[in-house]
Amino acid sequence: MKYLCTVTVFVLMVTMVWAPLPADAQKSLTIVWAEWDPANYLQELSKDFTAETGIAVDVVQIPWGNFQDKVFTAFVGKSDLYDIVIGDSQWLGRNSVGGHYIDMTDWINENIDVDSIYGPAMTAFAEYPKGSGKYWALPAEVDAAGYVYRKDLFEDPKEMKNFQAKYGYPLAPPKTYSQLRDIAEFFTRPEQNLYGIATWYSKQYDGITMGFQQVMWSFGASYGDPKNFKVKGHVNSKDAVKALEFYTDLLQFAPPDAPNYYWQETLSAYISGKVAMGMNYFAFFPGIVNPETNPLSHDKSGFFVAPAGPKGHYISIGGQGMSISAYSKNEDIAKQYMKWFMQKPVQEKWAKLGGFTPHKEVLQSDTFKNATPFNEAFAASFPYLRDFWAVPEYAELLEVCQTNWSEAISKIKSAKDVLNAIARKHEEIFEDAGYYD
Amino acid sequence: MQTNRFSRGMSDYQLKMAFIMPTMILLILMNIFPLLWSLYLSFHRYKASMPTAPKFIGGRNYARLLSDPEIWGYFRTTAYFVILAVTAQFLIGFGLALLLNRQFRTKGFVTTLLLLPMMLSPVVVGIFWKFILASDNSGLLNYFLSPILKSDIGWTTDPKIAMLAVVIVDTWMWSPFMMLIALAGLSAVPKYLYEAADVDRASVWFKFRWITLPLVSPLLLIALLFRTMDAFKMFDIVYVLTNEGGPGTVTETVSMNLYKLAFRNFNTGKACAMAYILLIIIVALSNIYVKYLNRVKGEA
Repeated sequence: MKYLCTVTVFVLMVTMVWAPLPADAQKSLTIVWAEWDPANYLQELSKDFTAETGIAVDVVQIPWGNFQDKVFTAFVGKSDLYDIVIGDSQWLGRNSVGGHYIDMTDWINENIDVDSIYGPAMTAFAEYPKGSGKYWALPAEVDAAGYVYRKDLFEDPKEMKNFQAKYGYPLAPPKTYSQLRDIAEFFTRPEQNLYGIATWYSKQYDGITMGFQQVMWSFGASYGDPKNFKVKGHVNSKDAVKALEFYTDLLQFAPPDAPNYYWQETLSAYISGKVAMGMNYFAFFPGIVNPETNPLSHDKSGFFVAPAGPKGHYISIGGQGMSISAYSKNEDIAKQYMKWFMQKPVQEKWAKLGGFTPHKEVLQSDTFKNATPFNEAFAASFPYLRDFWAVPEYAELLEVCQTNWSEAISKIKSAKDVLNAIARKHEEIFEDAGYYD
Repeated sequence: MQTNRFSRGMSDYQLKMAFIMPTMILLILMNIFPLLWSLYLSFHRYKASMPTAPKFIGGRNYARLLSDPEIWGYFRTTAYFVILAVTAQFLIGFGLALLLNRQFRTKGFVTTLLLLPMMLSPVVVGIFWKFILASDNSGLLNYFLSPILKSDIGWTTDPKIAMLAVVIVDTWMWSPFMMLIALAGLSAVPKYLYEAADVDRASVWFKFRWITLPLVSPLLLIALLFRTMDAFKMFDIVYVLTNEGGPGTVTETVSMNLYKLAFRNFNTGKACAMAYILLIIIVALSNIYVKYLNRVKGEA
């Protein structure tokens, strides 16, 4: 009898483990993205996909500081942990050449209305090499660096009068970096625990690079010639030196812990009322207009496009493309999801939830522009977007920039020395990778 | 009648091997193979993130690393950190042990309390010290010090002070380890030696110099050896506290740089070469310690 009982229990257990689940419950899709609000919006949006198809969608979020390291390590291990990767634009080169993203060119041309997608977004987030017509992703979140400012300070009659008297022009959101410096200087009052500006100076991931590169471009310098990958004379030009000296000088108008500022610290500094202006990616701004996360200035905040420099107007591109991992066992479901995601009604809902849609029509609609106080500035930033090197060696190139620019703003080395070091190291990296052969 | 070889059972040697083999296989797979494989890769141009096969380049990875002034800079930073941190931990740990080496009512409680920091995860320690050492007045330490000093201290942002911040945190965490080992050594010193010295009216310094120190020093050297090896590998606190070795490269230790080389740039061949350079240095340092330890033991 005891034997019979044991056998029955065993058979039941085996049956429970191996019993086939309902077909739909077996299907699921794992999307990996950085830990931020848009990932929450996507999780919310994906409920509609689950309702339509019965396929469960899990948006795994990884903190920004570790996002790249964790995803790349999974790729090296050929892990099927993630089906869809929503990665930075700079990842395209590395992950396409490395065989970690699947080539989606044919599928996109057959299944997606590419004309409905904002052109520069398609180039930045989907195409590699640029201009080749080869696609490895679809744009998911299009973003740009922008500024938030305290309207209550900027529109205070006393402040306006004092500013006009000191600088000879009216106090308003700055159009140029020179005006930005004046305003930052004007509002720097350490005795009141108020500072002019919070911007990205951190050595974490791409912090200082994303903050500084738009200044560098706008001052007339660049990373190098994308045709022959020559760097010397571009990234260490006189304009680049001026730009880096300007960015270092700006630090005196930022809170004392500003050398550690990345997106989170910049946001906190603004929300706590410590700064008059803050630079961040637009995707981080929903927290600023939310009374729960920003009780102090949620209704007193204005937004403006990153200023122009003496020799141009460029803004760091943000946002990510949606790619399918080459190690995913759910390629078909992933494609089904991406096709669903790119539909206009879904994109409209994506934008309504707070996502920055790549859909041309939705993006240019008045509904989108008026949806939040910052969407108009976001849409106006589009013509000025530029990206870092999107080559397979980008991580090494980025690391060199991060370290050296951090040394410059800490005044360990001069602007000229660090830019020369960057030029030398970047050419070494390109040489090792065979770009000059 | 012939007996079957198997029916006689296993010999002692076979039995021994049967017991040892699983561990041996595990050891070879988990330790020996990766060690040899990484040695092989250190002589190749290879990126784990790329599909291309390793390409033999001889000692070029080693030559490049050893001729790179920036790499030597990371070694200097690491050496500077090791000397400062281990010295501070030794002095504080041994001092605490001397204070605790007596009987008082709450000795057990105080000892446990002092040991708490070393039981925490270094990442957790790094995160909460990041709040304590925040460079504006939101940092706990600056909150108290600013009114006295009339300005905020850039604990993690000032290049002149950042290393001190890392040393303070590491010392806070690991001085208890020194204390624990020193306390074990102090409790083992026979009481009669002190009694004999008292009869001879020896001074406190004399007793410390000629009784305590010689008898405790072998254990102290072992503690120093462990701490030096561990400090040489400093990574977690730097990663969290000073944002990956900032400002600039002021607190960027060799291990921090190695992490970036291996897991951010996926420059696997070069990272393996650097890991071997680090290994050779640690082995050399350990040998010096061990030789000195043997000499001290002989004298004791």
